[in-house]
Order: sequence, then C-alpha cells, then structure tokens
Amino acid sequence: MSLKIKQDHARFRDIVRGRIKNNLRKYVQKGEMIGRKGKDFITIPVPTIDIPHFRFGEKQQGGVAQGDGQPGDPLSAGQGDGTGQAGQGEGHHLLEVDVSLDELAEILGEELQLPRIEPRGRDRIVTTKLKYTGISPSGPESLRHFKRTYKQALRRQIASGAYSWKKPVIVPMREDRRYRTWKQVPLPETNAVVIYMMDVSGSMGDEQKEVVRIESFWIDTWLRRHYKGLETRYVIHDAVAREVDRETFFHTRESGGTMISSAYKLCREIIDTDYGAAAWNVYPFHFSDGDNWSADDTRLCVDLLRTGILPNVNLFCYGQVESPYGSGQFIKDLRETVGPQENVALSEIADKEAIYGSIKQFLGKGK
Amino acid sequence: MHDIRVQVERYAREYGLDFFETVFEVLGFDEINMVAAYGGFPNRYPHWRFGMEYDRLSKGYEYGLSKIYEMVINNDPSYAYLLESNMDVDQKLVMAHVYGHVDFFKNNFMFRHTNRKMMDQMANHATRVRRYQDRLGVEKVEEFIDRGLSLENLIDYQSPYVKRRAERGDRADEPQLARGLKTDREYMQDYINPPEFLEEQQRRLDEAAQRARKVPERPERDVLLFLLEHAPLEDWERDVLAILRDEAYYFAPQGQTKIMNEGWATYWHSTIMTQKALTAAELIDYADHHSGTLATSPGQLNPYKLGVELWRDIEDRWNKGRFGKDYEDCDSYEERRGWDRKLGLGREKIFEVRKHYNDVTFIDEFLTLEFCLAQRLFTYGYSEKHQRWEVLERDFKKVKEKLLHMLTNFGQPTIAVEDGNFENRGELLLIHKHDGVDLKLDYARDTLAHVERIWRRPVNLVTRVDGRGTLMRFDGREHSDRKIEL
Repeated sequence: MSLKIKQDHARFRDIVRGRIKNNLRKYVQKGEMIGRKGKDFITIPVPTIDIPHFRFGEKQQGGVAQGDGQPGDPLSAGQGDGTGQAGQGEGHHLLEVDVSLDELAEILGEELQLPRIEPRGRDRIVTTKLKYTGISPSGPESLRHFKRTYKQALRRQIASGAYSWKKPVIVPMREDRRYRTWKQVPLPETNAVVIYMMDVSGSMGDEQKEVVRIESFWIDTWLRRHYKGLETRYVIHDAVAREVDRETFFHTRESGGTMISSAYKLCREIIDTDYGAAAWNVYPFHFSDGDNWSADDTRLCVDLLRTGILPNVNLFCYGQVESPYGSGQFIKDLRETVGPQENVALSEIADKEAIYGSIKQFLGKGK
Repeated sequence: MHDIRVQVERYAREYGLDFFETVFEVLGFDEINMVAAYGGFPNRYPHWRFGMEYDRLSKGYEYGLSKIYEMVINNDPSYAYLLESNMDVDQKLVMAHVYGHVDFFKNNFMFRHTNRKMMDQMANHATRVRRYQDRLGVEKVEEFIDRGLSLENLIDYQSPYVKRRAERGDRADEPQLARGLKTDREYMQDYINPPEFLEEQQRRLDEAAQRARKVPERPERDVLLFLLEHAPLEDWERDVLAILRDEAYYFAPQGQTKIMNEGWATYWHSTIMTQKALTAAELIDYADHHSGTLATSPGQLNPYKLGVELWRDIEDRWNKGRFGKDYEDCDSYEERRGWDRKLGLGREKIFEVRKHYNDVTFIDEFLTLEFCLAQRLFTYGYSEKHQRWEVLERDFKKVKEKLLHMLTNFGQPTIAVEDGNFENRGELLLIHKHDGVDLKLDYARDTLAHVERIWRRPVNLVTRVDGRGTLMRFDGREHSDRKIEL
C-alpha cells in the first residue's frame, strides 16, 4: 500500500503555509515564537484551520464525567476537555504545526519580497560529500549489491561447471559478494558570520533589547537559509567593548557612557583575525539607541567603518532602537557619512511593530 | 498470526457472536495512521483535512502520546487493521475486540440501512472527486468540499428509520373549492352546509394550499438534501454534495452507538481473553493493555468504560432477576442488595439489547440509580464566577438528563430549513431548535457564510443567544444580528 495520504498531507502543509504567511507580521513581532524553537523546527500555533460547523458553545454545555469530587470542586487539569460528546471529541485545541526554519525563512522571503543573497567568496570553502560511484568486492553488508553479487555467482558457477539449467540454483559464496563503494566529492560551500553588536549602557532597556532579540532571530533565520554553517559572534559595549556569549549578550545591563567606536574596533579585530574577506561573508549588525559619547567618537566610528569594516563585509547594518533616553543622533551622522554606500543599511526601529519593516530594510538589499 | 485468528474466531463463534467474514490486514504505523486519517478506509477523496488528521496522528505517535491498536470498517466482508508492531497478545486481544464490533455492525438495527459495500462506494467517490479536480482544478473543488463539509452534520439522524416525506403527485395546483357535505335535496343545502361552515372550510383549504406552496412544506431536518434539491448548484457541485451527504449518513450510526459498540467490543475481548484465549505468560501484558483501554483519567468519561460497565450491569441484573415490577417495587435496601433469583438470563438479554437499542435508548433504559452511584458519575460545567470547570451535580436525574442530552441528535444542535423563500426574496431561513444550550457563535457565523456560498442568496438563522431570540444573517458580504421575538 503506497501512502496516498502524502498528497493530502502536502496540501494541508500548503494551506498552513498560506496561513503563516498571512499572519507573518504578527508572528514576526512576537518574541514568544523564539521560545518555541527546537533544533531545526519551530512550533507555530495556526488559528482556524478547521472546518466550522454548527455546534454548541462548550462553556454552556458542560458534560458528564466519572470520578471523585463534590459539587463546586474544580475539575483537575485536562478534565472536562473533549469529554462527553460521545465520540465526537474534536478537542478544542489550537492547531500547532511544526515548520522547519528553512521553510520559515522561505516564507519570510516571499512575504517581505527579499531578494536572494548573492554570497561572495563562492567556491572558496570546500567541504566533502559522499557519492556512490562504483562496486567493490568488500564493504559493509548494508551496502551489498544484490544484483551484482548474483551475477558474479552465476558467472563463477558457469565457469566452474557447477551451473545446470535443469536446476538453476545460484548460491553466492563469500567472494562473490559485491558492495557499493563511494568516494568523497569536494563540495564548494560558502560560509558566513554575523557579528551582533549592542549598546548595553543604561539607556538600553528591556524593551529595546527584546526588539534586538526578535530582530536577530529573524536575521539568523534568513541568513541560515543562504549559508551553510552560519556563525554568530556577540559584542556588547558601553564605554568599552567585549565579546560575550549569546546568553550574556541579551541579559547584560551596564551603566555608564557609550563609546561606539570601542565596539567597531573589536568588530574589525574579529574580522581581521578570524574571517578573512576572501573566504567569508561577513555581516556586522549594530544596535543602539543612537546616543554616542562625543562627536569625536562618532568621527572615529565613521573612520573605522570606511577603512576597516566596509571593505571587508557584505553588509553593515545599523539599527537604532527608539528609547526615551536617547537623542537618536547617531543614525543621522551615519546617514550623512556612510549612508549612501552600497553595503550599508540603516534602520530606525520605533517598537516591536516596526521590526517587520526593519527586517526588510536590512535584508532587502540582497547582499 | 493465522493460527491466532482461527483460534479467536472459533471462540467468538462459540460464544454466539454473529459476524461478517472479517479480513485482517497488518499495517505499519505509518499506514495505520493513514487509514485512520481516512476514517478507516484505504481510499478516500482527496482533501486536506485527511492530511491534517494524519499529521496529528503521526505526531501523537512520534511523541508517544497515542497509538492506534486497531481499526474496523463496517463492510461485508469487514476489514480490520492490526498494527504490525503489536505483541501477539495484543493482536489476540484486538481480534477478539474486532469480532465484537463486527457482530455489532451486523446485528444492531441502526446499521440496517448502511451500505455494506461502502469500501467500493468510497473508492467510487474518490474517483469522481479526482475526476472533477482534474477537470476543474484542485482548489476549486477543494473549496467547495470545505463548504460542504461545514454542513455535514446537518442531516436528519433519524431519517433512515422514518418515512417522513409525503409522496407527491396527486395534488392539483388549481385552487380547490369547498363543496360542503353532499345532499340531494336543494332545500336542505342551507341547513346542512350553512354559509359560515362553507366559509370556514374554504379558509382551511386555502391555508392548506398556502402551506403546500411553501418550500419546504414542513421544517426539513435534512438540510443537505434540501440544498441538493433546491440550491442553484452546478452538476459537479451537486454530485460532490451528494457524496458528502452519503458519507455522513454512513458514519452517523457509528456515532450514535459509540458507547454501546465500544462497550460491546470491550466486553467480548475481555470475556474471550480471560476465559479462553489467554496463556499464563501473557497475563501481565494483557492486564496492562486492557486496563489502558478502560482507564478513566480523573473525571473523564470513557465510552469504552461506561459501555462495558453497563453491559456487565445488565448481564448481572438479568442473571439475578433484578428487574421487573417486584424488584422495582421493593423498598427494602437490604432485600434489594441481596436480590438474586438465579434466573441466568444475562447473556440472552445482552444479545437482545445489542440488537434493538442505540446509545440514547440504551442509556435511557439501563442507566440506573445504583449504577450511577457505583460508577460515581457527575455532571460538570463552566463556572463563570470562578473561571474554571467545576463539578456540578451528582444527582442521578441530572446526570442522566445531561447524558441523554449529549447523545440526542448525535450531540449536535438541531437545525432545520424553515423557508426557502424567506420574506419572499428567495433567502434561506434556518431554525435552531434551542434546547437550553446556545450555539458557538463564531462557528455559527462561519458556517452561515458557507451556506450562503451554496445557496447563493442571503441566509438567516433563528436561534437564541443569552435567552433572547436572535436572527443571524449573512448576506454575502456582512454578518448582522437582530433581536427578534420568538
């Protein structure tokens, strides 16, 4: 019995995909989605995909059940859910579907009309892939080639005169066995690194960080679609910058001043040491509320960008998250200086709802 | 496996079970999930909801939440599917269970009108729908099926058993004149047929004629049939709707005998296993799986459990003679408790009951006060005050009432077509016979919209919301509610 259901299943997935697409804006600005992330899949609640019927409102209806409890006692968890209704227990759950991150990125791309990224440095990095190429007299049993083994045995039996057409029995011997062999084929692959930088000085509150967290999730998801082996590095800064792990990145709060140049310096160092532009696609993202310590430091930043960073990266993105404490000057300065450059994307993010548009500003360049 | 089957089948026959020939097929879990998604049939028309069900079942299996042990199709011969990975003792149990179901399918009156060649019929439906899809496009046909499925519970659950529609034909369309009583004598005319009498008669005739012109003449519970006959459908749409209706009628009796049927199958698997088929080595596994079937998670109503307990109770009562006038009239608690006339009529009785009852009449007749207490049944409901589900009553009458209400009309709201030419504008008027529970309103609106797409004119539904008469209306673009007097 072949599985006819596959077609219906695919159709169902299509419909789910359509629903996700329709609701994408809502999903994008919700942080909780990130919490539902498994290794390769993300679980998304999809509203109303069932077929409506005339039915009773559950709360008025109630039902009959069995067990302990006195009138007025609460039912325990799970009780009274889908009971009764004699076999009609359709359950009142929201449908939850697993969507692979790849597919999610695909949907994101379609919906935001993001162009495909043209990776730089193609063919530079090489990995290998197995390819079955031939037959060999030895190998693991799981790769035994039945037809060739049979042929070999037949050939041997005919040659040795052991074969009789009256009793055509072929008995393969140890040395008749043939196995598939493989060889390793080099596979060109492109690698990428995202360097996230964030201002963690006092003016960047939890709300601002949440915006960064959500936005970085979607950026990761999209870039992962284009690059095998995406690496991520995290840099936090106030007056000084240091590299941290992801956990620390999102949960550190410092007080004190802001020297953005410190982060850019560290970013340049990271690129120089680990990610030679010839082999890597580099994506620095910097988020802050737009306050810098001094105009001097801003000049230094622009300098660092022009000489050390921009020539070596695919795209430099700066996201300015609105905060009640920030003056928001930095993005204006960047706009005037490096803004016109091909591989610079600047975005002002007012709140969670603006994430959707901001992602498009960043990734819409197709770099 | 073959040996097990022969053995179990022999035991089942020895106990007097009477079943169709049963074909067992062994499937892997993926295949069994597929067949289950298709409602037990290996071949159904293409539609995404089967894919959704398959998705749900597969996930349930993957996460170890659920597992389908068996599935039976009411067909002659019957088909039953066994899960490949089951242990032998499971297969034995399942087969015994299956023979119980097939015996029930074959003998219970609710199934008398079902198509026993449904396997072929379903395949036939599938081919027809596929052909439409090839011709008209998958999405167009699928969208129509979505709408049709939305109405699949709007059939007349009683209709296979009752002949309700009047034969048409002899009714002339010209108006009839009241003639009065016959008399040969002209001078008697005014005495025998006074003018008031003639007028009254004429009025009645006119009214009857008026009624007859109304479509439908009386409320039509089979909404799908009404739409088939009166909605402006294209041929393929009519055919698809007829297919959905046909399948809905096929599945209806299974839903209406769920408690009896599952109870019956459980009764027989446990009887056959414990008295005949079980080897000592299998006991532990058997007990484990059997109790799994009967488990009631705290407060839940499990149809297997309720069903089998009722069957056992009936058997016990008829064995001991705990029925009839003498027993009912006995007031002494002590005497009632020790009541045993040693009649031994239990087996005979349950075989009779499995023939002539459905869940509603079964519960109505055999759910006794003693049973209700012993099984600790209660009603529950949602408390708005505490924002939680609460135990409501343990009162026998209330429990039984609630249970019966849940089973009546298959636990579905009773909705009928009242008028196909509402307000003389060709609109459709549906009436919800409100019996104390409101409709789920968002679903009702969505469903109305689906009806509108089939009727192609505005549709209206009379119901009651929070105790007030309400006319819900969908005109193709907008929903509106209007308070009305009922």
